[in-house]
Amino acid sequence: MRLTSLLVAATLATPAVADDFIIVQSTTSTANSGLYDAILPEYAKVDDTEIRVVAVGTGQALRNARNCDGDVLLVHAKAAEEAFVSEGYGVSRSDVMYNDFVLVGPSDDPANAKDADTISAALDAIATARALFASRGDDSGTHKKERALWATTTTDPSDASGAWYRETGSGMGATLNIATGMGAYTLTDRATWIAFANKGDMRILFEGDEALFNQYGIILVNPAKCPLIKADAAQSFIDWIISPIGQSAIAAHTRDGQQLFFPNAAK
Amino acid sequence: MQGFGDAFAAAFALIVGFDADLMEIVLLSLRVTLSAVALACIIGFPLGAALAVGRFPFRTTLTVLINALMGLPPVVVGLGVYLMLSRAGPFGALGLLYTPTAMIIAQTILVTPIVAALTRQIVADLDTEYHETLRSMGAGRAARIGTLLWDGRFALMTAALAGLGRALAEVGAVMIVGGNIDHVTRVMTTAIALETSKGELAVALGLGIILMILSIVINALLMGARSASERAAYA
Repeated sequence: MRLTSLLVAATLATPAVADDFIIVQSTTSTANSGLYDAILPEYAKVDDTEIRVVAVGTGQALRNARNCDGDVLLVHAKAAEEAFVSEGYGVSRSDVMYNDFVLVGPSDDPANAKDADTISAALDAIATARALFASRGDDSGTHKKERALWATTTTDPSDASGAWYRETGSGMGATLNIATGMGAYTLTDRATWIAFANKGDMRILFEGDEALFNQYGIILVNPAKCPLIKADAAQSFIDWIISPIGQSAIAAHTRDGQQLFFPNAAK
Repeated sequence: MQGFGDAFAAAFALIVGFDADLMEIVLLSLRVTLSAVALACIIGFPLGAALAVGRFPFRTTLTVLINALMGLPPVVVGLGVYLMLSRAGPFGALGLLYTPTAMIIAQTILVTPIVAALTRQIVADLDTEYHETLRSMGAGRAARIGTLLWDGRFALMTAALAGLGRALAEVGAVMIVGGNIDHVTRVMTTAIALETSKGELAVALGLGIILMILSIVINALLMGARSASERAAYA
């Protein structure tokens, strides 16, 4: 069959993949809010290495990197990142930038979370009202933060799983879509929220508590554990992102006039 | 709430604007899917025919297995291929993870059982019909398989189309082994998943509409080719 041979030829003609690229295992918030689209063209001006971003939850990014399937990690779960480095999977960890988490929910705010003084009190109010709460439930950075915040309350939401506490097991965007659909509260990083287009009747109901701080870190995956890591190219990218030029590129990225990430790499 | 009107408007704008990123995504989708289906046919046609007319141990077991594998969840195939191609896996040194080649491998695994199982049924039916004739001609098993495959070629096209539909629509496998990397491994279905996660539901649905149009065009072209060659064959 001519068609078949044509198709086979097309398969074999797959262009050879260029070797000068690195894989960044990244959290979704940075990718979905357009950060890489904004800063990677700046990096392309100073370095030929192509940066390929695989955007998954922080938990999955860490697991992929443990399998050596990434040269650089850019995620947001400091404790898990430090464990990753101390177990020898990463060389070292640097702070890159921060923003914060916000509690979003239906604008009529059935649990009256907006009048709470702390995020703990806001979550307790949701639990008391048995108002719907959508949890990521996927071991992501946001999920780890949410569990840590519940631990400061008088409630163990696991007891209510399937009742008012709904674990979606999905990414931030999918969870926001679900929360919008069923009028649930949920915790999200501010960058994803600002960039999210399907807000419906949802709005920010609680923000500003210091406990909602959200730190992003960058890690070089350890070439001693993973011989195939392109350590030099990866280190160049890390050096750039924590340099004054990379940091100002991060600061310059805005959505709807709002800055999404605040650079705070150690000088 | 964003409605279907917005979705059609988004699809229309993307098509009319001849969006360069969209073209790249569409072409990669076609390259990955058509390659996978071609490979699946190369493996699946002879395999299915052998299962239909061959006589070897465990033939029934193998048939049941192939039929069952039609229901393989794409995510499971994606995970399996990921574990093979991961730098920590047995084929890690090839550097295939997060490349279109990895996506072709995963979709080939996904589609081959469908093509093989349908081929087995088609060839088995034809064999029942032609068994006496072929035997009286003294045709050997290999010649029989060749004749039956050629005679069933129009029905086999439907088997290939069933595989194509599966490959074009799946997102689970290509997401895991491709990584949905912009300009490298982003295809229609992973782009739809991404836009959905950004809450851009109209754009996501618009891409879905374009994928449907693509599928209709491919099916129409093959149907046209089929009836043209059928006319030629039976003229």
